[in-house]
Amino acid sequence: MTHELPLWGEITVTIFLVVAGLFALVGSVGLVKLPDPITRLHAPTKATTLGVGGVLIASMVYVFANEGRVSMHELLITLFLLLTAPISALFIAKVHLHLRERPDTLPEAPDSVGWAGYAADGPARGVRDVPPPEPGTTDTTI
Amino acid sequence: MIIYALIFAIACFSVGLLLNLWRVIVGPRISDRILALDTMTVNCIALLILLNFSLGSPIFFEVAMLFALVGFVSTVSYCRFLLRGDIIE
Repeated sequence: MTHELPLWGEITVTIFLVVAGLFALVGSVGLVKLPDPITRLHAPTKATTLGVGGVLIASMVYVFANEGRVSMHELLITLFLLLTAPISALFIAKVHLHLRERPDTLPEAPDSVGWAGYAADGPARGVRDVPPPEPGTTDTTI
Repeated sequence: MIIYALIFAIACFSVGLLLNLWRVIVGPRISDRILALDTMTVNCIALLILLNFSLGSPIFFEVAMLFALVGFVSTVSYCRFLLRGDIIE
């Protein structure tokens, strides 16, 4: 933080940093406040894409305004995060579906195939000692 | 001007980390805990890049890249273990 940036650089970096911080806060507050696991899955994607993305864009603009070169490390990290975030979200949703739900506790699937995750692998083979909840009841275990 | 935005962003990401830690401790489901740990790695990556801003050392980018890789692999292997009882079949 020793170099002076031109004014456009200062303004752009500041805006991106503030927006990134706000979106990260929104994502984490959503992770705490939303009511059930599938809706909680939705909140931190904002922190991933907009929060980290904003910080990385701010870093790129800072390096460009400071040294006049385009930095590629940030693009690598952004690309990797954008590639992996949907995969880990899919896996977490599958864990929830297999451990805590059954086909009869879920809404009707729109076509005759039904819920594809259950059709592909059958019930979970990993953790067997936690039965899924009965339909119409709420439970607070695991 | 940037220094205030930097302090604000670091404060936001740190509060986010604390909220994620609360979700890891409270649960109540395994999927919530995995999700909160995944979000913690993402927030740590952002904090590392902000550290690179304030300290100006390029080593933090490598650390952030490693965090992204290890966070993804650990999330997927934890989910695989819960789903299949095994990580590599």
